[in-house]
Amino acid sequence: MTPPLLRLAGITKSYATVQALAGVDLDVRAGEIHAVLGENGAGKSTLMKSIFGAVQPDGGVIEWEGRPITIASPVAARSCGIAMVFQHFALFESMTVVENVALALGERSSLSVLASRLTEVSSRYGLAINPGQSVHRLSVGERQRVEIVRCLLQSPRLLIMDEPTSVLTPQAIDQLFETLRRLAAEGTAILYVSHKLDEIRRLCDRATIIRQGRVVGTADPRQETASRLAELMIGHSFPQTERRAKREGAIALEVAGLDVPADGPFGTALRDISFRVRAGEVLGIAGISGNGQSELLAALLGSTASAAHSVMLGDRPVGALGAAARRGLGLALVPEERLGVGAVPEMSLAQNALLTAYGQGLVQRGVVAMKRTWAYAERCIADYSVRASGAGAPAASLSGGNLQKFIVAREIAQGPRVLVLAQPTWGVDVAATAFIRQRVIDLAANGVAVLVISDDLAEILEICDRVAVLASGRLSPERDVHATHAAEIGRWMAGVFIDAEVVAA
Amino acid sequence: MMGFELVRRAAPSRRMQVLAPLQAVLLTLMAGLGLFALLGQNPMHAFHEFFIAPLSTANGVSELLLKASPLCLIGLGLAIAYRANVWNIGAEGQMYMGGVFATGLAIHFQESWGAFLLPAMIVAGMAGGMLWASLTALCRARFHASEILVSLMLTYVANLVVKYLVFGPWQDPQANNFPLTVEFQDNALFPLLAALGWEWFEGTRLNLSIVITLVAIPLAWFFCQRTFAGFQLAVAGVAPAAARYAGFSASRAIWMAMLASGGAAGLAGVSEVAGPIGQLNDRWTPEYGFTAIIVATLARLNPLAVPVAALLMALLYLGGESVQIGLQLPKSISQVFQGLLLMFLLGSEVLVRFRLRRRHPTAHAAPSASVSVATAAGEKAA
Repeated sequence: MTPPLLRLAGITKSYATVQALAGVDLDVRAGEIHAVLGENGAGKSTLMKSIFGAVQPDGGVIEWEGRPITIASPVAARSCGIAMVFQHFALFESMTVVENVALALGERSSLSVLASRLTEVSSRYGLAINPGQSVHRLSVGERQRVEIVRCLLQSPRLLIMDEPTSVLTPQAIDQLFETLRRLAAEGTAILYVSHKLDEIRRLCDRATIIRQGRVVGTADPRQETASRLAELMIGHSFPQTERRAKREGAIALEVAGLDVPADGPFGTALRDISFRVRAGEVLGIAGISGNGQSELLAALLGSTASAAHSVMLGDRPVGALGAAARRGLGLALVPEERLGVGAVPEMSLAQNALLTAYGQGLVQRGVVAMKRTWAYAERCIADYSVRASGAGAPAASLSGGNLQKFIVAREIAQGPRVLVLAQPTWGVDVAATAFIRQRVIDLAANGVAVLVISDDLAEILEICDRVAVLASGRLSPERDVHATHAAEIGRWMAGVFIDAEVVAA
Repeated sequence: MMGFELVRRAAPSRRMQVLAPLQAVLLTLMAGLGLFALLGQNPMHAFHEFFIAPLSTANGVSELLLKASPLCLIGLGLAIAYRANVWNIGAEGQMYMGGVFATGLAIHFQESWGAFLLPAMIVAGMAGGMLWASLTALCRARFHASEILVSLMLTYVANLVVKYLVFGPWQDPQANNFPLTVEFQDNALFPLLAALGWEWFEGTRLNLSIVITLVAIPLAWFFCQRTFAGFQLAVAGVAPAAARYAGFSASRAIWMAMLASGGAAGLAGVSEVAGPIGQLNDRWTPEYGFTAIIVATLARLNPLAVPVAALLMALLYLGGESVQIGLQLPKSISQVFQGLLLMFLLGSEVLVRFRLRRRHPTAHAAPSASVSVATAAGEKAA
């Protein structure tokens, strides 16, 4: 019997305070699509980085085609034929797409030749990118496309994909899966890291489930139910979100004829955006980031001003007001980026509570009320079971899911009349995701108007009452979530409604 | 090949935040030993002359405090500005303008204002520093000009303003064409501590202006650690996007940072012209405004550490004078010490966020590849 392409035995890795990997065994055969399933913080990323040479394990053996090797660096990994699409992108911001790819490939071919290869591969896999664009202008979604195409260019023998689908339309996911299946059929092994159970059940041949740095099981995902896999992954059963009966109230947030210029040469201008959110309902705006999402968020937040009457909070025109004034009128907002926007990484949770909740009596005559601020943060931590050492813990020390729970808690505890959430569960583990979604649903049931901007279609369909799609800076017609389906939303995500409108007009 | 590499820490090391400045001071002292040996001096003797001798008399101690006080005052202002990521490099010029404004009152209203003159000069000096800083704030907030360049260049403008005044309209007619104003009268000068009954300071130049500094230290700490405005500045400094999200005004942060640092520098200017100098001349400052940049950095922008750093820098000034007199070494040696200290400080600072690790002796799967690329990619991924 031929040895597996890659075999790991007893891999361990400790960081200063945590043991990320506590003896992981894994084998991957040529031609299989192998899922590595686990919550955020379970050690998936560390394990993948060990394989890719970006992290040196403390102990254990790595065998490549039956021979023990040390993968000293990503360069060494690439020369073996291992490629990786990172969850957090390893792109140099100041360079163009094609320059980044050239740097990663380390080939001495001209940029124009490489650019045409890039265009060819990206169109073959339906991942549209412009090779000449600067990376710092790209949205999160576009950056991930660059990463994927960059790996495919190297014709790898083992392709590691770390949560690759979160920014793709359903159609593009189908297309990507087709590509991955074709690559597998050609003999490429694929390590598919995710916590999206449905995708894994659709795509993967085998699954290795990791919890707290240990392998807790292997399974054939096609034979298991999603809830069984989830239980293995988080160690106990997790609650499904449940919808509450609700009464819809007055219009709490209205956007009318909003035009916003692009926030940079590669941004997307918003054209004639109009929607209403009533107290007690959840409106979802689906769409792939980079289609005007950041512009819409800035216009709602108040960091970009617009015509006064283009944004209304209740009956108050707020388009010309700044973020602090809008917050004072009952708007709360959970931004897409957690570290650096929603929270200051090096500051404590108490200080991060102060960041937006300063209007809750935490500041008196210009002086910070330390005890109240501390208590506010402790309450957020307790109410949302945030795993942190206390209100003094720096935000950067929390896992993504726990920090997001804290930020959501901080915003909701301000008793907003309108809550806007952008990508509320991006990179958040299953348990925290379910928790956050339930809180959002409960909040709407209590009469708050909620707007969710997300590229996770499953999320939109799960928690929203109505849905519209933002594509190329235009907003699609709205649909009741029960009166639509993933295929229609997916077509809209690709901008199909715009042509329909033109035809109708 | 064996070697060392820098590895990013999971979180900035609290221990190193304290140790880095101490390590920098220690390395500076060791380099100083070598330097004295190179200059043909007995290092221990020179060390004594540089660091101990200046402090062995009451006069020495008072001179130390006299120099540390303006350094501390300016350093506090700069610490506030730098926390907000506003790099005011022009405290020197703001200090000149503080001196100019105070002098304007002193020479025109000596007779008429009586006991109110000194308090008025203090206010005017602070206003002068703030006014000069506000030019930079305006350029940065309104036109996105670099505050580093603008504030630095305005320092040279301020210097020329001083020159114009002391060579021209404000020149003392009895000064034989020397570029200086008349000497201030008593009601325009800070009273000497000795004159207030502090016998230990008898015969020294230490004056009441040190009280301003002593009050400013807790005030600056309170502003940074307890006020919402101080918090907003800190957020603007470390996470500008978070400040925008929270609705903190970026231009307000720039204005506050520049006015606080400019005002502090202006006060330091008053304490000099109405203190040991007692008049305005064209070369009255030993570059306190620039040295205070090192003070703020050495103190890691912590207001409570600023006085310690200011005392140290003041000692370097005095030590330079002391070895000049005692050992006939050039006075500029104190600038060499300043430079060494800043260099070691910046070097040690790296260890707050990174740790030094011995590189693994590894058998590469690929031919010994470019490690710098590997580390860069790994770090971005981490």
